[in-house]
Amino acid sequence: MSPHPQSWLKTTPQGLYCVPGDFHIDPLRAVPRAVITHAHADHARPGNAHVLATGATLAIMQTRMGAERAGGALQALAYGETLAVNGVQLTLYPAGHVLGSAQLLMEYEGARAVVSGDYKRQPDPTCTPFEPIACDVFVTEATFGLPVFRHPEAADEIRRLLASVALFPERTHVIGAYALGKCQRVIATLRECGYHAPIYLHGAHVAVCDTYRALGIDLGDLRPATVADKAALKGAIVLAPPSAIADRWARRLEDPVVCMASGWMRIRQRAKAGGVELPLIISDHADWDDLLRTMRETGAPEVWVTHGAEEALIHAAGKLQIKAKALSLVGYGEEE
Amino acid sequence: MKQFSDLLERLLYAPGRNTKIALLRAYFATAPDPERGYALAAIAGALDFPGAKPAMLKTLAEAQSDPELFALSYDFVGDLAETIALIWPGTGTTPPDLPHVIDALRAAKRDAIPALIAGWLDLCDPSTRIALIKLITGGLRVGASLRLAKLALAEMGLMDVNQIEEIWHGLAPPYTELFAWIEGRGPRPEPGDTPVFRPVMLAHPIEDADIERLNWLDYRAEWKWDGIRVQLVATPHGKRLYTRTAEDISGSFPEIIDAMDFHAVLDGELLVIRDDEVAPFSDLQQRLGRKSVTAAIREKFPAGIKLYDMLFEGAEDLRALPFDTRRARLENWVTTHRPARMDISPLIAFNAQHELAALREGARDAAIEGLMLKRGDSLYLAGRPKGPWWKWKRAPLSLDAVLMYAQRGHGKRSSFYSDYTFGVWNEAGELVPVGKAYSGYTDAELLTLDRWIRNHTIARFGPVREVEKEMVFEVGFDAAQLSTRHKSGVALRFPRILRIRTDKPAAEADRLEQVLKLI
Repeated sequence: MSPHPQSWLKTTPQGLYCVPGDFHIDPLRAVPRAVITHAHADHARPGNAHVLATGATLAIMQTRMGAERAGGALQALAYGETLAVNGVQLTLYPAGHVLGSAQLLMEYEGARAVVSGDYKRQPDPTCTPFEPIACDVFVTEATFGLPVFRHPEAADEIRRLLASVALFPERTHVIGAYALGKCQRVIATLRECGYHAPIYLHGAHVAVCDTYRALGIDLGDLRPATVADKAALKGAIVLAPPSAIADRWARRLEDPVVCMASGWMRIRQRAKAGGVELPLIISDHADWDDLLRTMRETGAPEVWVTHGAEEALIHAAGKLQIKAKALSLVGYGEEE
Repeated sequence: MKQFSDLLERLLYAPGRNTKIALLRAYFATAPDPERGYALAAIAGALDFPGAKPAMLKTLAEAQSDPELFALSYDFVGDLAETIALIWPGTGTTPPDLPHVIDALRAAKRDAIPALIAGWLDLCDPSTRIALIKLITGGLRVGASLRLAKLALAEMGLMDVNQIEEIWHGLAPPYTELFAWIEGRGPRPEPGDTPVFRPVMLAHPIEDADIERLNWLDYRAEWKWDGIRVQLVATPHGKRLYTRTAEDISGSFPEIIDAMDFHAVLDGELLVIRDDEVAPFSDLQQRLGRKSVTAAIREKFPAGIKLYDMLFEGAEDLRALPFDTRRARLENWVTTHRPARMDISPLIAFNAQHELAALREGARDAAIEGLMLKRGDSLYLAGRPKGPWWKWKRAPLSLDAVLMYAQRGHGKRSSFYSDYTFGVWNEAGELVPVGKAYSGYTDAELLTLDRWIRNHTIARFGPVREVEKEMVFEVGFDAAQLSTRHKSGVALRFPRILRIRTDKPAAEADRLEQVLKLI
């Protein structure tokens, strides 16, 4: 009889902790040994003494925090390769969330637990698609854990954006998007939809886009919006962090159409309260249907929910005869 | 249906009037007949389906999901139509045509309607479902008024919007003959015998320079009443009460319609009048926007009209006659007909400009906004021609209030804190909000205020910032009235920033009791 993951995978103030392996997963504060699922700031925090992650995640962490703060010793593990740590077999599998994002499979004395980090099932030209991994306990997020969240195809949302660009050719379309993942996905999807004009970037987006390109993701002609003049940006598409789109930075733009790429844009009042004129429902998290589908596909009899709208997901898991509980980890879910 | 739902979605988020007009115009220019006509009818509020109610839709949606999940979702989303649309399973790609939906709903028996709607919801994607639910439950607040739709149509047809207003009330959905006329494919739809709206003549505000050079004795003076401008249209085929933007408000004022036992088109001011005394505007507000009016409300806020012009007497068009002639005709007509609930707004005799100036200064009666000046030879012209008619409003009331909260504006002002909530001191020494202003300052002042607000923020509530209570505004307004909207119990009409009082400490701003005296 293999030991139930409950006996060797614990929640601590630093986050989820693997007892026999003596490491934390996505620790909320600096620890001696960390496994990082992906490079978003709420999952990858600075100052860990030893960090294990995919090569892409390590590269992005170095870009965002600097080589020093990314961690003491950085160890890369490719998707599908297995590493033994104190009797625990660790394997990383693609999570489809952002470039480098991974699920962590831990095998210990025959028991299998998967921590999926953040993930999505929709196609994304900038990262490797999610693979469901069979396990005894599946640890999932629930950012969009309500049945009102069903994300449309990202390409359809980008086509709505392009229709608006055609309708208002004199205006600048400025899209609020997170610097890591969303920004590059929007650009790559625009390219897939046949948009090959230069795309302009807020300064905060340049470094991560450069890292993506260095890692082999083609993003086409990108230019800084910071030095561009108003006239050049007429009719153009500009990407910026969500905090900048309706604030002072945006004054350099000509009569901007304020757009926002986020799963939260599904809720109209959220979009309206944010001063968004064209909401684009593009999310890097699984929607309701994909959360349920993924739970089923892992075959796990038990699901632990890290963060998000746990209540509805646990209710729905119960109806699927899946045992579910909330870990209520505080500190995740700031990026979307 | 998809194109219509895209339009509604864009209108909801569109920040400015010009953007909304551009969106409406693009839709009307590309959507086919009769769909675009039904869309126009939906915006006009001209569609009604008594068999489709929100509660019935909620039951349908709960059956599709699970009552607990529905409750959690509704709690999160906050809007019933949106929750139903989003929770409904599947994403259809073959939504029904708008004309088909309307025809089928009109033809369906009441007990067949739920299944009909459920079938359509299966065929739609979520945003089309929202549009469909809002359309059939009549909850279509699309963020665009009928007026904007008419302006978009006027742009399409390269015509003045008054040309559309003049025939609008003779038209019916799906308005195919209107679109044919606008696109130059058909004749102007003739209103025939329907009691249609006639474009009104408007006055310019008078400026100091105009006061200097006016030939005062060419003008006639009347009080400018603080009510709403209306047009009374009564023909042998019907009776209507219109606002000056051609909105039909007959249903809200049945006692006026009952009193219109004549054949004429009259111009006047709608007011609440008790025992020959005109009540303040806040009384009239109790009557506006009501679909049905109880006898108790009619009794408490009786409506009446001060007449000041006559456009048609019988079938005879008087608009090409001079004002003095129309006025004489109106006076004779009133003497002959003595219509109930109406009398003539009197002319004010004067011999020189300074006599009127003194009257305007002294006009503190709540029902008077100032004076109107109309040249004796002026014809009745649609629109706002400069010269024949002037409005000379009394000087605004003002108070010194303290800036409490600021919010970013929309469109071109989206990066600027441009909407200001201000307050005055109550007896307990607390600031209580009395109003919100977003005009009256210069662009340079806006920049200064924006910077000041960012540097003096003490709390944030979503898009709103609370600031240190240091900035004093001199706020101008037309009237103060009692209101439950603000904690202070007072609201101001047309508040605007007159001056930024950097010279004044916040503690010396006005007190609530001073504002209460102005009511």
